[in-house]
Amino acid sequence: MSLVQDVPKDSFRLSMLVYDTRYRSITIQVIVLILFMLFLSWLVNNTIQNLAAKDRTFDFGFLGMRAGYDINQTLISYTNDSTHFRAAMIGLLNTLLSAVIGCAIATVLGVIVGVLRLSKNWLVSRLMTVYVEVFRNVPVLLWILLSATILSEATPTPADYRVTEAMIAAGEAPKASMLLDDSVAITTRGINIPAPLVERGLPRLELGPISINSNMLAFLIVLGASLYGWQMLRAHAKRVQEATGVRPTTWWKSLAIVVLPTLALLIAMGFHLEYPQLTRFNFNGGIELLHSFTALTVALSLYTAAFIAEIVRAGIMAISRGQSEAAAALGIRPGRTMSLVILPQALRVIVPPLISQYLNLTKNTSLAIAVSYMDLRGTLGGITLNQTGKELECMLLMMGIYLCISLTISALMNAFNRAVKLKER
Amino acid sequence: MTDQLTFVRNQMLPPQEPPIREAGVVKWLRENLFSGPLNTILSVVGFAIILWLAANIIPWLLHSVWNANSLGECRQIIAATWGEGATGACWAMVRERWHQYLFGFYPMDMYWRPTSAFFLMFVALAPVLYNNLPRKMIWFTAVYPALAFWLLWGGSVWSPVVAMLGFVVMGGVFTLLKDRLGVPLSAGIGFVAAAFWWLVLQGPLASAIHSVLPIGLTSVDSDQFGGFLLSIVIGVTAISASLPMGLLLALGRQSDMLLVRTLSVGFIEFIRGVPLITLLFTASLLLQYFLPPETNFDIILRVIILVTFFAAAYIAEVIRGGLAALPRGQYEAADALGLDYWQAQRLIVMPQALKISIPGIVSSFIGLFKDTTLVAFVGLMDPLKGITQVVRSDINWKGIYWEPYLFAGAIFFLICFGMSRYSMWLERKLKTDHR
Repeated sequence: MSLVQDVPKDSFRLSMLVYDTRYRSITIQVIVLILFMLFLSWLVNNTIQNLAAKDRTFDFGFLGMRAGYDINQTLISYTNDSTHFRAAMIGLLNTLLSAVIGCAIATVLGVIVGVLRLSKNWLVSRLMTVYVEVFRNVPVLLWILLSATILSEATPTPADYRVTEAMIAAGEAPKASMLLDDSVAITTRGINIPAPLVERGLPRLELGPISINSNMLAFLIVLGASLYGWQMLRAHAKRVQEATGVRPTTWWKSLAIVVLPTLALLIAMGFHLEYPQLTRFNFNGGIELLHSFTALTVALSLYTAAFIAEIVRAGIMAISRGQSEAAAALGIRPGRTMSLVILPQALRVIVPPLISQYLNLTKNTSLAIAVSYMDLRGTLGGITLNQTGKELECMLLMMGIYLCISLTISALMNAFNRAVKLKER
Repeated sequence: MTDQLTFVRNQMLPPQEPPIREAGVVKWLRENLFSGPLNTILSVVGFAIILWLAANIIPWLLHSVWNANSLGECRQIIAATWGEGATGACWAMVRERWHQYLFGFYPMDMYWRPTSAFFLMFVALAPVLYNNLPRKMIWFTAVYPALAFWLLWGGSVWSPVVAMLGFVVMGGVFTLLKDRLGVPLSAGIGFVAAAFWWLVLQGPLASAIHSVLPIGLTSVDSDQFGGFLLSIVIGVTAISASLPMGLLLALGRQSDMLLVRTLSVGFIEFIRGVPLITLLFTASLLLQYFLPPETNFDIILRVIILVTFFAAAYIAEVIRGGLAALPRGQYEAADALGLDYWQAQRLIVMPQALKISIPGIVSSFIGLFKDTTLVAFVGLMDPLKGITQVVRSDINWKGIYWEPYLFAGAIFFLICFGMSRYSMWLERKLKTDHR
């Protein structure tokens, strides 16, 4: 230290900017800054020149204009008179729908497969290994294309379901029949499932541009309230157990609290299912799931489930045997060892990569392009882009939206990591 | 006490046979398949699944047809041989179209070029992958990119040769000036000299030599590339370019310099936050805005550049994980030995950090190779969507779907599975801890 202080201050030479470690980092940063600014201005300059050469402007005004195209799956109201902005929102909602359902299926399947891969059952663990290896090592595009092709080419046409007088007279069965007690029909056009309907519904809630289905809202509120009541009951039982050592029997109270209010609401609103009916050319009524949506979601969840299975397996294996042995030495039963000792520790290992798989799945929904599902890329980055010719704006907006989704998910992940981090020293 | 003793055995009894339930197949079955009610149910369900799969797949494979000219003919042959209602695979499609799956629309009489480039690739990779080969082979690895480019795209031999000479210029300038000006300055001057060589001298020089000594191959356009040729060209180039780039990005992200760190983080998070498809569309739609007017370079090259960026961001994160896993003492030990930054990275930090990150790096590579199929969406002929669409739109093969996807999928599976096995082998070989 003393040596540094002994250096006379007036001995600064230009070469010290390169050779003296005290100044070198500043020199490098200045050079990097200059190069970066040059690069940026080069890009902007090129863009301005190119836009001028093509006689185009850079503005987002097109978002307020009439879209003029139809979308085959809309979660909120949309007609071809709506704006391009509304179309982009429809696309975003379709992306999120596919992502959320895909993540849910992938998690359930992945956890089951991951646990079964560790099972002592030789046959089952081998089967699961084959599943994981096959799905992980083949491009996800293949699974999407294959499931879309199978769904649209290997399924019966609506006409195959028709039963004519002549067929009844001859005692013939139609070529295809509906599944699950005449409630689900898989045709070349889509999958028709029953729709939940209410007879005495509440009016829709109009909040400016947003219109909310108040039946669904009421259902969710009641369900949430009963779940909250259930939590209170469990907390009460725990208090009693800690005070007296005897846990009161709660299962029938829990069941009543969770099920009865919801059931009462459904009966009060006149809940029933509307079954799809075969009309002249196609099935009508019920909900028609597009094959593009089904193929995309199923393929993405099967593919991602293989990765999640590996994560779950690695997470469980990362907990050292000593932990379960210690739990056994304390006299904890195997089931409680899993829930109280192994899982809380394994979750810390499992959750971060799990969320990054969710992120991957969400980004992979952009492969909807392969099956023409109208996601964000299909609306904003597809038809809107082609109609308006605003390539730069559409692509930048689309990247921005995807970036926001990703950054939100990774912010959640970082918050979780901080919450469960081992506090050492 | 002793008088109560009436009998003492003074010989050893011969060992008894283990009970039948505890030996051989029965024991194995009991332990592995039927050890409890839940396991028994699982085993039965597993057997049922296997039987169902076998009952569907085995006849289908056994009834394969290899000689036919259309799907209809295939079905006729199957119906004639195995009876009405029998199903069978129609591999005649693969027999007729395999060359498109492998080479796309590359001219047929020039198949030797990609084929030899492919096998030479293994010669070039060998010294990198296995370190007990002669070290001199690394020179072939250095020359290979130019050679492969020339073999695949053809044209005059002199452009790749002159381009490679740019590296010689860079190295020459560096070694000449190193002693006088020191490493950082001479490396910078060497880089500028090489850039000058490539940007100004390369074109005229190559065409001048070509006019004197015309050696070359017929040139092949990028739109004739397709199938696994295209996947492997994009995959291998992007993999080899993304590793050094990812390394630099990871170091940048760990750097003490605020500006360098911010730029690296911004780049990595941006690339990781958007789907690859949007980047590919950037390559096909937006680069025309960002580059100077009238520049128009090859679509395969554009795609390779953006795929490289994409992979580099992921690899940077993997390597950052490896760097973070390294104990702080290693950095401090390097400082204590008086090593400078690059020496410490090269001799102490990187060998350990890279070893830790091997599984992650290889799985990024596998992901990258699988993602090369997405180039279909910018109009290139990838094996899965591009070529299969060409095949399926042929009137003879309309309606065929299992066979093309199985064929392309099987090749992808072999390559990706092979890579993951190699990484496991490498992990075991480099393992130095004692467990």
